[in-house]
Amino acid sequence: MQKKFVIPVPVRYAINTVLIAFFLIAANSMIQGGGLGRAQTAIIIQIGYFIILAVSLNIITGYLGQLPLGHAGFMAVGAYAAAIFWRYHFLPDTANIIAGLIIAGVVAGLFGLLIGIPALRFKGDYLAIITLGFGEIIRVLIVNLDWLTNGARGLQMPRSVRYSSFLVVYICVILTCIFIHVIMKSRHGRAILSIRDNEIAAESCGVNTVYYKVAAFVISAFLAGIAGALYAGNFAVLIPSEFDFMMSINILMIVVLGGLGSMFGSVVAAAVLTYLPFLLVPLAEYRMIIFSLMLILMMIFKPSGLMGSYDFSLSRILEKIINFVISKKGGKNDAKV
Amino acid sequence: MLFLSQLINGLQLGSIYALVALGYNMVYGIVKLLNFAHGDIIMVGAYIALFSLNYNHHPVVAALLTVGGCTLLAIVIEKTAYSPLRLAPRLSLLITAIGVSILLQNLAQFFFEARGRAFPADRLLPTGTVSIGDATVSYTSLLTIGISVASMIVLTFIVNKTKLGKAMRAVSEDTGAAQLMGVNVNVVITFTFAVGAALAGVGALMYGVRFPLITPTIGAMLGLKAFVAAVFGGIGSIPGAMIGGFMIGLLEVLVIHMGYSGWADGVVFMLLIIVLLVRPTGIMGRNLMEKV
Repeated sequence: MQKKFVIPVPVRYAINTVLIAFFLIAANSMIQGGGLGRAQTAIIIQIGYFIILAVSLNIITGYLGQLPLGHAGFMAVGAYAAAIFWRYHFLPDTANIIAGLIIAGVVAGLFGLLIGIPALRFKGDYLAIITLGFGEIIRVLIVNLDWLTNGARGLQMPRSVRYSSFLVVYICVILTCIFIHVIMKSRHGRAILSIRDNEIAAESCGVNTVYYKVAAFVISAFLAGIAGALYAGNFAVLIPSEFDFMMSINILMIVVLGGLGSMFGSVVAAAVLTYLPFLLVPLAEYRMIIFSLMLILMMIFKPSGLMGSYDFSLSRILEKIINFVISKKGGKNDAKV
Repeated sequence: MLFLSQLINGLQLGSIYALVALGYNMVYGIVKLLNFAHGDIIMVGAYIALFSLNYNHHPVVAALLTVGGCTLLAIVIEKTAYSPLRLAPRLSLLITAIGVSILLQNLAQFFFEARGRAFPADRLLPTGTVSIGDATVSYTSLLTIGISVASMIVLTFIVNKTKLGKAMRAVSEDTGAAQLMGVNVNVVITFTFAVGAALAGVGALMYGVRFPLITPTIGAMLGLKAFVAAVFGGIGSIPGAMIGGFMIGLLEVLVIHMGYSGWADGVVFMLLIIVLLVRPTGIMGRNLMEKV
């Protein structure tokens, strides 16, 4: 038996970094050069923040195994925090973007902490309804705090603060995915997964379940806040009714259809579900009917979602190819490797 | 007497919530499912009532059609969407319920259009007012409260005195043991959905009288608030759901009367959170320890 060929870790990272950088530069120059129309670019940006929303919700739904229905609330907090900060133009543009994104994340994360501590005493349906309640409360607050948010009329976003360009959005998308990947592969990620599989067993093995549940909740809210900021930077006016229960459901739909616990699934489903309505314009009227039917049928026939818990790994595929090639050559020359 | 008329007002709203909350409560007690589609069944019921009244049906015929339609719809939903998932994890069931709710809303939007339609309340219940002391109270308020209370009495009778009611109580206490004693669990679950939906049908009529503008999304917020009422009263307790419903109705009328109508929804959810933190089993609920 020959040893299997394994790509060393630094090489894996190098390959991925090069590919990501190549993708960003190529796509950005294509957009800047006018290779894609304005409408196409808008869809791609929309897909970007839906990816962040979906992968961040996936932390709680897929990895922690709970069902919060107030994700749009955190998104709204982030959107308004960033929008209000950006409008003052304290800093030059690049610094302003970064500061705004961080502020959006931190404020949403604080709300996540505030909500997570009481909400995570509950499970299942109770958690769903209590997070839904918090989401609605956030929306009611935004509508009624006129002096801060301009209420139901919506907050105007001047052209100078529409920061959500392709590059900004997709740098955030990639950082988010890397961040979640790194966390989930660490011992903290394993602790979160163990809570999903059996909370009582995890607790008796010494996992601090309360700490990890709240931590997962806060991380999820933080990332949703950043997605909210990117959302705010994409529109001329920010309207509170956009962040209602249906927005939370849209995000949930992406996660469920993509596969609970699969980041790759969330990314693919975000792209497909956001792009599909534009592709099927004649069917636009039936969009939500089709999506909700898909949701029901998926739960009945394939509850694990399209991708299940499969996650895409380029290195793993490369390794398979290399090993296949080696085993073909193996007959002639198996002294090497 | 502003107080008395506001009290009646609150009780009218509360009796609608109570009717809806009972449906949530019974279903949750038996299959441990937060039936998101319950609010949307009420929406469908309101449309049935609206169309049949506009078709000049006699009010009694319209009411029977509404209640029957809601019951049938709930049975169909239970058989097609929920019963294949009887053994699935509860998360899947909850997501399915959300899917059914969105499906109903969007089907209604497709068939009945998104614009609001006026509910012909005057054809269903007699109009006019009656004076109690200094206060004038509309007949419809009193009739709403009366019909709701009567429905609840019928429900209490069914649950406590009939054989199926006994089976329902047995299944909600311990499904496995009930099955071993020869209770047909599937029949009981379907029956529970049917009874809940019949109450929802009555609720739909009362809702139409109180808020005579029907849109495809009326069910969502009504359903959520009724669930808050059910949690407030104590999940699994029938008198609890009634009391919870009346309390939520009175609270909402109080908040609106004080001039904070924009905050009403927020206050209801705030109450839910406080109740869950202080007394998670609700005011009438029993304490159940989690078994390992």
